[in-house]
Amino acid sequence: MTGDLLPPALIFIVAALLVPFLRGKTQSGYMLLIPVVSLLIIMNAPMGRIWTFDFWGYTLIMGRIDKLSLVFGYIFTIMAFLGILFALKVKDNLQHVSAIVYAGATLGVVFAGDFLTLYLFWEIMAVSSTFLILASRTDAARKAGFRYILVHLIGGLFLLAGIVLYIQETGTTAFNYIGLSGTASWLIFIGIALNAAAIPLHAWLPDAYPMGTPTSTVFLSAFTTKSAVYLLIRTFPGTELLIWIGAFMVFVPIFYAVLENDIRRVLAYSLLNQIGFMLVGTGIGSQLALNGAVAHAFCHILYKGLLFMAAGSVLQMTGKIKCTEIGGLYKTMPLTCLFCIVGAASISAFPLFSGFVSKSMVVTATVNENLVLVYLVLQFASAGVFHHAGIKVPFFTFFGHDSGIRAKDPSWNMVLAMGLAAFACIFIGVFPQPLYNLLPFTVDYIPYTGAHVVGQLQLLMFGALAFALLILSGYYPPEIKSINLDVDWTYRKLGTAAYGFLDRTLNAVNRNVEQTLMTVVKGGSGFFRQITVHLVLFFSINLWLLQGYRDKHLALKKQRLYDDVVQGTLPVGIGAAVAVSFVVLIYVLT
Amino acid sequence: MKKELTLFDKPKNVKILLICFYCSLVVLLIAEFFIHPHPAFYFEQIKGFSAVYGFFSCVLLIFLAKLLRLIVMKKEDYYDR
Repeated sequence: MTGDLLPPALIFIVAALLVPFLRGKTQSGYMLLIPVVSLLIIMNAPMGRIWTFDFWGYTLIMGRIDKLSLVFGYIFTIMAFLGILFALKVKDNLQHVSAIVYAGATLGVVFAGDFLTLYLFWEIMAVSSTFLILASRTDAARKAGFRYILVHLIGGLFLLAGIVLYIQETGTTAFNYIGLSGTASWLIFIGIALNAAAIPLHAWLPDAYPMGTPTSTVFLSAFTTKSAVYLLIRTFPGTELLIWIGAFMVFVPIFYAVLENDIRRVLAYSLLNQIGFMLVGTGIGSQLALNGAVAHAFCHILYKGLLFMAAGSVLQMTGKIKCTEIGGLYKTMPLTCLFCIVGAASISAFPLFSGFVSKSMVVTATVNENLVLVYLVLQFASAGVFHHAGIKVPFFTFFGHDSGIRAKDPSWNMVLAMGLAAFACIFIGVFPQPLYNLLPFTVDYIPYTGAHVVGQLQLLMFGALAFALLILSGYYPPEIKSINLDVDWTYRKLGTAAYGFLDRTLNAVNRNVEQTLMTVVKGGSGFFRQITVHLVLFFSINLWLLQGYRDKHLALKKQRLYDDVVQGTLPVGIGAAVAVSFVVLIYVLT
Repeated sequence: MKKELTLFDKPKNVKILLICFYCSLVVLLIAEFFIHPHPAFYFEQIKGFSAVYGFFSCVLLIFLAKLLRLIVMKKEDYYDR
């Protein structure tokens, strides 16, 4: 029965177009209904291939329904609902339409069974998400949005080139496991890895996401990177390179997160760190590791969304989001503070919170594969995450120094969205089995053992002790109004410098070449003109000598002819006669 | 107008919180002797390994971050100049 219905991606995208025509409560109810309807359709969809269309001799598969796509379909739809609820009172149709189209395109990517469908939704995702950054309508957001779309278009081109080669090599547009072998797979890998913000292709994320509006960043944080993680799990599981990229990603961004002043940029760097865990799981490729990557993506979307909602609420109510400008907000924003702490506890993987039951699967997978170094890096990062996302974000926002700001909790819909996300984080943490049932492989893993709980708590609490001692001793790096250079420096500064360099060097070469060329051409044209004059004079003088002109008379005729030839005032007949005589001469000589 | 919370304005409350925190650390160290251990690697057989590792991870994190700041920190208008 459901096979006849529209795929959720199209429902979202078509429904989004009607949003601007509705007002007030009708619009709100209508927008909330979209993810609900989609969720019902996804829940009732039969396994296998559905929603197939023929297009120019190719089969577009908009519904590849299996356990892997379903779990991502569920979480993206749930997050779309929470995001829409959080943004419900925003009076900006541009944001609503782009957010709903963006969510729909993500579902399109998740359920795509062939490369053409995938690429179509991939590009819709890039364009619609750009509008969510531009929606801030500030100069900084406009520039960041421009950089964002450029980077994603380049990534899209890599993917497209890979797809074209892939189709040429295999003769089919359908895809599943690809694995790294050959040019096509590398191009596809780079295209997807860019969207997953895999280091060193990550700089667009901390550059652009903090520029969104208080509500749009919630959508941004959920969809692009995790849909890319889904694709990596499907197409490149067990690729060893991903383990190392992932280990690097859990490690490096936490240093930036410690230094950052902008709370949403701190969260963006911790987002990179969390994707690192998923990539390590994908790279290991065992059933436990892949289950861990999927489960962690599921939990991460919820708690990261929750943290961005809390940060968005603070930005919305105070107009500020930098550590140096806020603080002490727990006094008047207790609910936002509470939900933020739930999100922080979840991302830190505290027992009874969602991160604990998912992250530990990836960590245990590294143990099973005997990857000692990776294990130690992940444990280091776990303590580090608690440090910057778990403590720093709530501490500097809601406690720390009192900024004197007395903003209230945001409107009911924003509080409700945060409350639902917080509830989900705790529910999954306490009852992980429903989530485990959704995972692609059968789960044979028990997160709550005495050793695991005590070990994890020791790791976290003694990390907290370090934070407390460093803060109390004054050694903790002070919050400073500043920015920190990242890889985007290469295209923001180096790019500009390179442009200047090219302007000075290549354009100078251009000018010199032009000058030389002009001299040669001028000289050449002068030479050929002189030759003509002298040829004409040579023939004429001999003719005149034969005719008997001498001395003054001859000199006068010579001067007149010279002037006529040089100034081009020669009577046409003479020119024609000369030309004809040349032809005759050539005829005679040959 | 709702009264604002002033829970942590009182130094006494902060002190109580810190004492609870330190107590929980001691409890965690003691608890390790009463659980069935599952060491992932040989070094995890050492009691309190996670605690020491967590503590020094964070100290190292801050130390390296401070060093990193010397290289990457720029004024806020760096890219606008």
